Amino acid sequence: MAELHELDLAEARDLLRRRVISSRELAEALLTEIERAAPLNAFLTLDRERTLAMADAADAALAGGEHGPMTGLPVAIKDVFCTEGVRTTAGSRILENFIPPYESTVTANLWRAGAVMLGKTNMDEFAMGSSNENSAFGPVRGPWRNGKGEDLVPGGSSGGSAAAVAARLAPGATATDTGGSIRQPASFTGTVGMKPTYGRCSRYGMIAFASSLDQAGPITRTVRDAAIMLGAMAGHDEKDSTVVDRPVPDYEAALERGVKGLKVGVPKEYHSAKTPKEIEDLWLEAIEWLKAAGAEVVDITLPHTEAALPTYYIVAPAEASSNLARYDGVRYGLRVMPDEKASLTEMYEATRGAGFGREVKRRIMIGTYVLSAGYYDAYYLKAQKVRALIARDFAEAFETVDLILTPTAPSAAFALGAKPDPIAMYYNDVFTVPSSLAGLPAISVPAGTDGQGLPLGLQLIGRAFDEETVFAGARVLEEAAGFSAAPEPWWKKGS
Amino acid sequence: MSIDAATVERIARLARIRIEDDQRDALVGELSGILSWVEQLRAIDTDGVAPMTSAVAHGLHWRADKVTDGDIRDKVLANAPLVIEGYFAVPKVIE
Repeated sequence: MAELHELDLAEARDLLRRRVISSRELAEALLTEIERAAPLNAFLTLDRERTLAMADAADAALAGGEHGPMTGLPVAIKDVFCTEGVRTTAGSRILENFIPPYESTVTANLWRAGAVMLGKTNMDEFAMGSSNENSAFGPVRGPWRNGKGEDLVPGGSSGGSAAAVAARLAPGATATDTGGSIRQPASFTGTVGMKPTYGRCSRYGMIAFASSLDQAGPITRTVRDAAIMLGAMAGHDEKDSTVVDRPVPDYEAALERGVKGLKVGVPKEYHSAKTPKEIEDLWLEAIEWLKAAGAEVVDITLPHTEAALPTYYIVAPAEASSNLARYDGVRYGLRVMPDEKASLTEMYEATRGAGFGREVKRRIMIGTYVLSAGYYDAYYLKAQKVRALIARDFAEAFETVDLILTPTAPSAAFALGAKPDPIAMYYNDVFTVPSSLAGLPAISVPAGTDGQGLPLGLQLIGRAFDEETVFAGARVLEEAAGFSAAPEPWWKKGS
Repeated sequence: MSIDAATVERIARLARIRIEDDQRDALVGELSGILSWVEQLRAIDTDGVAPMTSAVAHGLHWRADKVTDGDIRDKVLANAPLVIEGYFAVPKVIE
């Protein structure tokens, strides 16, 4: 048997049900690993007592022969999900001391399925970022290192979740994706990241960034684990009117369907001179894997691909400027009074000036500008129209294909501090943003490594609400790639 | 599109964000850069295209309009920076 902290969800589930291991020993082993991995800064809040109480309750249920789909399985929670009684910061100074009085639906679903909370993971402030360098509580150091021994980013915004799963601090973690924040960190850390269809998971209690794009999903080490975890997270919710009222399929049962007879599209617009050859080569190799598994691979066109990033950087900041208006120092969060006699407006301005980080301010200001009188039509309305064209490109492609295969990100993990320019940072999401704008399910699967031994991911995009085919395709890629690399645990040295 | 320092100040005021003097110049450059970059969308023909307002086309789900919680004043106020006699308190707004 592998060491406890190295077990994946499916393996741990089996051992728990056979009562070979207990949830408590599993949780304790992982908490020890988390403590030893303090240099990664992957976790913002731990509550050991709560974790062990949940594990004990799971053990009692298992002893009584009762179990849910995830009973006793410990998972980490991105700090964007409100957890009742446990500090939830969204990586922001403005919520540094916020203790939610209620539970998000996604986490409530996980606890109902029997899962155990390990802790809350670090993230880019309000999920805005692609490197986890925008956290008010310091960057996450990625567990992988290049040949030069530099500190690398884990990707973002779900950088803490991805780092925790890659470093074997948690077998699975929740994450959220607005333009790539599940898939890009998964690609950077050699993990599996699944963004389901918009409307599959409830957004209730998930701190909002851009409401027409935000969607929860899992980061795990195997495709099977992603299927297990998404099945527990998803489902209809009276508290979020954008969640669809349709049953959640048994994703695990769809895993071994294969791709025989399926048509997989390869979009020509995703070939870019800027993409490193290693990523292009891996993509071409994966085409052969799918063909060998019986799929027909065809070239397709998604003509508005290049417009996706600028469209996203109008739509998402516009929605963010509206969503983040709530942080005003009145009902919760930080309040800054510049002096005793300050007016209400001065209090708002001082609170938001001190409470938000640079990238969040930039995005709120861009959003405010594109929604302001005289600019709304030229920017926001225009972007919504282009978004319709991007969605139409996908709809037309999915008339003939069942899946679309692309790289996940245009590079492997880069060094901390390597991308000071905002637009260069935005380019990280060039391959993930289009499917986000179209609301489609998409997964990143670790498929290989680059010349420096860093993981590279490939993305499969599916039809709306057809996560099952996405999982089946991902399983084929996983099997063919045989990715088994793990980061060297340098963070344990000296501990 | 290039914006100037006065525009940055106007946006900051609309967004209710205090910008320190030493941040203003950097913001002028960064916001101008982002706005110039997104302007490439102007070249795309969107005549007759309806704006996309919902990520996935499905009718909104209806539910009964009934009270499902209440009597949680203390919970609602628990995170407030300043509470006076069961109310959120703010600086005086009426002279």
